[in-house]
Amino acid sequence: MSDKIWVFIDQFKGVALPASWEALGAGKTLGEVTALVLGAGVDGIAQEAFHYGADHVLVADSDLLADYRPEPYAGLLSKLAADASPDVIFFPTTTRGRELAAMLAVDLNTGVLVDVTALEQTDDGIIATRPIYAGKLLAKVQCSASPQIITTRGRAFPKPEADPSRSGTPETVDVAISDDEILTEVTGYAETEGGVSLADAAVIVSGGRGVSNNPKLEPPADLSDEEQEKWRAQQGFKLVNDLAELLGAAVGASRAAVDAGYIPYAHQVGQTGKVVSPDLYIACGISGAIQHLAGMRTSKTIVAINKDPDAPIFKLARFGVVGDLYDILPPLTEALKAQLGK
Amino acid sequence: MKIVVCVKQVPDSAAAVTVQDGQISWGDAPLVINPWDEYAVEAALQTAADHGGKVIALGMGAEDDREAIKHALAMGCKEAIQVSDSALSDVDGLGAAKALAAAIQKIGDVDLVFFGKQAIDSDTGILPAMVARTLGWPALTLIAAIDEVGETIKVQRGTEEGRQMVTSKLPAVVSITKDYGEPRYPSFMGIRKAARAKVPVWKLGDLGIEAPAAVVSWPDVINPPAREIVNEIIEGETPQEIAEKLAEKIMAEKVL
Repeated sequence: MSDKIWVFIDQFKGVALPASWEALGAGKTLGEVTALVLGAGVDGIAQEAFHYGADHVLVADSDLLADYRPEPYAGLLSKLAADASPDVIFFPTTTRGRELAAMLAVDLNTGVLVDVTALEQTDDGIIATRPIYAGKLLAKVQCSASPQIITTRGRAFPKPEADPSRSGTPETVDVAISDDEILTEVTGYAETEGGVSLADAAVIVSGGRGVSNNPKLEPPADLSDEEQEKWRAQQGFKLVNDLAELLGAAVGASRAAVDAGYIPYAHQVGQTGKVVSPDLYIACGISGAIQHLAGMRTSKTIVAINKDPDAPIFKLARFGVVGDLYDILPPLTEALKAQLGK
Repeated sequence: MKIVVCVKQVPDSAAAVTVQDGQISWGDAPLVINPWDEYAVEAALQTAADHGGKVIALGMGAEDDREAIKHALAMGCKEAIQVSDSALSDVDGLGAAKALAAAIQKIGDVDLVFFGKQAIDSDTGILPAMVARTLGWPALTLIAAIDEVGETIKVQRGTEEGRQMVTSKLPAVVSITKDYGEPRYPSFMGIRKAARAKVPVWKLGDLGIEAPAAVVSWPDVINPPAREIVNEIIEGETPQEIAEKLAEKIMAEKVL
């Protein structure tokens, strides 16, 4: 247990991503953890890291790090790692975490175990489990070089309980970034409004091709066929959204729904979308193509609502309703509202 | 402008992939270009069309792993090169990045390298950033849109929070997501041309690098444990009744 464990805390504008604390929890199973907090105005996150169980915290706070850019972030992490020689460095598998892990591996001439869902400490070192082929298979992977770089999949490791009475003094590190590390400039952001991100969601309500399939609806006559179909899909996704909003859930979609232009790609669940593992997954009008099932099969409880009794999604569903989502979703939303006392 | 697009051959996403006798099998499913690479090829071709220049498809794998390269050529890439060497059969991410980076340097004077966001077989998504870092070029990963290309490149990067607008120096490595827009279908002429195209094979010796030692190994690949799911179909006289029963059942699962 004398391994030196580092965990990178991914944050955006001074707010840590929940997956960061899960990575910290994964690191704690191996030994004492040093949390690495990089950014501008991140003192609060440093304290939070202690609350979540970090034994030490290294903080690099600088305006140069205000906007995430891979080169200065990776450059700084490499320097710190080269000086301190940690044995294992954890990252959450976020957009930034995955990229930094890759760059750090190049700098330190080592390997990355990407998007792992389980860790095992053996006599031969750490063996990690990671889904491949979107979870159709599981690979056991190992890294023989040092440091071992591991990125943890969101929601695969429990988030530790925060203990606000735990505190400490973070160690401040020098931010020396040279000009040749500044290869890019961030000129702005277009943040998505509200909404729960699929990767972090405990509950996901998803819509498929079936959302546009309500013969009772009369679209405005002046629309083209394609516009009429999209109009129908919007009515269906309204019902999906209503339920999602009640449950504080993220909205997902099948590839068919995304390809038909019903909803942006960011919502796609499946092998060519996002692989998710919520506590509750409610599939509405989704038949369950193999590439969709691969992306949500590890959800704890799956509920399927589909008109076709032979839809493959029912095989994975704890509860199934053979019926029209247009008939079922509104009373389901009402019934759950009553059950939840909202 | 000289553009390289890296492509990989994978089993079709509709394949039922299993492990049989320790070997990964995808039955008789076809091998295809990695679906995410199609978006990268599209972005590369559009960038070349808008700013002049040509697109070279770069593949890596066994010598006869040609599906990805053929598809890229059929979509409109002018040339293709396959990096292939028996010493690369157990290559890991870092080794693959070193080989691809060496090939990109051998091609020479490359302005932009495009990748798909990740490959749907190994699902690591680390290669674009690794190749960029090996070359010492900026890594622009998970790019949803390319706004301008000139002395610099302006892109929109997809993150958990939305989009980040980034301006970068060239040369650079760019990985493309599905947000970029639908890839074109190969034309009939393109398919014929691709079938006739001569694709040079570069071995490690041609790239002037040693066989990279793999530090990441895969001691085992297994089928995921079967899940015991008790399927229960909720029935009732009216949607109202079904919905109320279902709501009670969901509450009883204690997942809300």
